[in-house]
Amino acid sequence: MKTLILGNEAVARGLYEAGCSFVSSYPGTPSTEITECAAKYDELYAEWAPNEKVAMEAAFGACLSGKRSFCAMKHVGLNVAADPLFTISYTGVNAGLIIGVADDAGMHSSQNEQDSRHYARAAKLPMLEPSDSAEALAFARLAYELSEEYDTAVLLKMCTRVSHSQSVVETGERVLPAQKKYEKNPGKFIMMPANAKKRHPQVEARTRALTAWAETAEINRIEDGGDRSCGIITSSTCYQYVKEALGDTYPVLKLGMIWPMPEQKIRSFAASVDRLVVVEELDGFIEDHCRGLGLEVSGKELFSDIGELSQNLVKERLGGGVQAGASLDEEIPARPPVMCAGCPHRSIFYVLKKMRLTVLGDIGCYTLGAVPPLGAIDTTVCMGASVSGLHGFVKAGDRENAGRTVAVIGDSTFIHSGVTGLINIAYNESNATVIILDNSITGMTGHQQNPTTGYNLKGDPCTKIDLESLCHAVGIKRVRVVDPYDMEACQSVIKEELAADEPSVIISRRPCALLKYVKHPGPICSDTEKCKGCKACMSIGCPAISMVDGKAKIDATLCVGCGVCEQLCKFDALVKNPSAG
Amino acid sequence: METETKNMMIVGVGGQGTLLASKLLGRLLLGRGYDVKVSEVHGMSQRGGSVVTYVRWGGKVFSPIIDKGQADCILSFELLEAARYTEYLKPGGRIIVNSQQINPMPVIAGTASYPESLAEKLEALGIDVDALDALSLAEEAGNSKAVNLVLMGRLSRHFDFTEDEWMAAIEHSVPPKFLELNKKAFALGRQ
Repeated sequence: MKTLILGNEAVARGLYEAGCSFVSSYPGTPSTEITECAAKYDELYAEWAPNEKVAMEAAFGACLSGKRSFCAMKHVGLNVAADPLFTISYTGVNAGLIIGVADDAGMHSSQNEQDSRHYARAAKLPMLEPSDSAEALAFARLAYELSEEYDTAVLLKMCTRVSHSQSVVETGERVLPAQKKYEKNPGKFIMMPANAKKRHPQVEARTRALTAWAETAEINRIEDGGDRSCGIITSSTCYQYVKEALGDTYPVLKLGMIWPMPEQKIRSFAASVDRLVVVEELDGFIEDHCRGLGLEVSGKELFSDIGELSQNLVKERLGGGVQAGASLDEEIPARPPVMCAGCPHRSIFYVLKKMRLTVLGDIGCYTLGAVPPLGAIDTTVCMGASVSGLHGFVKAGDRENAGRTVAVIGDSTFIHSGVTGLINIAYNESNATVIILDNSITGMTGHQQNPTTGYNLKGDPCTKIDLESLCHAVGIKRVRVVDPYDMEACQSVIKEELAADEPSVIISRRPCALLKYVKHPGPICSDTEKCKGCKACMSIGCPAISMVDGKAKIDATLCVGCGVCEQLCKFDALVKNPSAG
Repeated sequence: METETKNMMIVGVGGQGTLLASKLLGRLLLGRGYDVKVSEVHGMSQRGGSVVTYVRWGGKVFSPIIDKGQADCILSFELLEAARYTEYLKPGGRIIVNSQQINPMPVIAGTASYPESLAEKLEALGIDVDALDALSLAEEAGNSKAVNLVLMGRLSRHFDFTEDEWMAAIEHSVPPKFLELNKKAFALGRQ
């Protein structure tokens, strides 16, 4: 059947058709929907793991048990899972194992722009790179065949434009592979030095075998072009840009497997054209490889290693000019993302800013607390870095740091890698104050369940981790819970815990305002008679409040009635809807 | 069947329902046998930020995105967002725009102002502008959130798809609970 589906959904379909039985992932844009879509198939077990390292190890365990398995993560998640990655390369697999990783060139929703292709080379694992949904499906199926034939985990590399674009696929039936059993094999699966030393040469031999496969693989194909003055090597979404911009003008070598690369095929392709050009996003990965083969090649001198490419960029550099449409001779104000109306994070950041605290931030919706007018965050690095960073900041810094610095971290991020930082705070006794912003969901990636919500990926009730007990268990005696909508209470609790002579955790608890089960009291009413136009309510950056003719006006379609602005108004101009409960 | 690739951008503010519009349109075009690509925005920029979806169809579509100077049509859920993307239009391109104004944070915070008379200024650039108050029509249909179907209705005037084809795509794309509301919103936009 022909359908129009997202690249991520196509990967899930490919997993299903190839008889994959186990999926474990941690959500991360742009990879999240692979696992969400996989969970829709009843034949397939799928779960959210606490982090990417756990997900990859769980998927490895499942493949060891004899079932085809999969894990997915965003590019930075692969850093978290890099430890198992490099050694799984040595053990190889039992049943097939695919590791999905999605890069985010252009940083649509990420903190860096790393190029995950380097991992394939560094960990010595094959990496397939689809360029649309049809290939995403086909490559997922092919990856299992390669995985089992060459005894290796296979990296399936996506990117924002392939993950989040829908294109047409032809779906097939699910075919279960031959049953595999687990058999004890210490030399293959116990990676202690004596065994690992014997495995390493096999890893190198495997790469040579895969290089030979790459020479004739259909997914590394040459498309003829009439004009041999130039030949283009490309892959992934860049292939689409090249075809869009240049059609069949120049010959194209499209690489479906980005590592290892087919040396002879590249050499003979280069010999068949006057000038060799590589079109690739981010680093010059293919380009450097060509150069290593001694070939003369252009790549990054034409196409930036920063941000995304596009058909116009390809056309400008290789095929002539492009004409943009007319634009207004006028400043168009930017529209940056903002915290939603009613977001429980907003008021906490208002309080932190008011208290003039240094705030070490983390990864999630609440990173938006860094944006004006709140501007309440000092750092954002990676998952968990707020808690561990706070320990160092407090321990090494001025004595006063402890009393004026906090970490803020979401519930899902805390479980991901904040809890290990908290253990360090308890164990090494820093007087740190950690605020867990518990909105009872993984928000930024689009509402995924996590170990603190009491529901699993399939939406079934499950064991719920109690954050208070967890914090107590690791050795934090002072654990307080506050309602972020009550700003006065928040301020006094934060003040007390900063003054305390031992580490504390403050759990700011209120579910995300967008969750369907959350009942809202209804929009706040603004009284233009009473409003003095002091703009106190504007300091929280709520998209539902604006000044119209010098008076505060509430957008009733956005306002959920959280009442935070009401607490800021000294003139009773903003009040809860009297008819609301 | 036309083989030349046609390009439509759907732009708006995160949360306005632009994804449903592209889902519906994708369904409709696939039904006609076109090759279709729809590129979406997920993640952080969805949170009340400027969002853009690319819909492309034809005999064979390569790139999932639309670049400057390529769009045949921009369907904008908000006035300022229409103005933001004019460079993406082809000469002679059309903008169908909801005249609703949603202030972005710099305007709310008072560091920037919302430009005046945008629809007129866009027309002055030689763009074919079809503006309508989709919010009022959505409210008339029964729910302010039905802006997307009102706009689909208006868009349908410019496409040669039959009413039956549109209805089939709507039935496929919206939950049964909201079907009547959405059909009404579509009809109000189309009339």
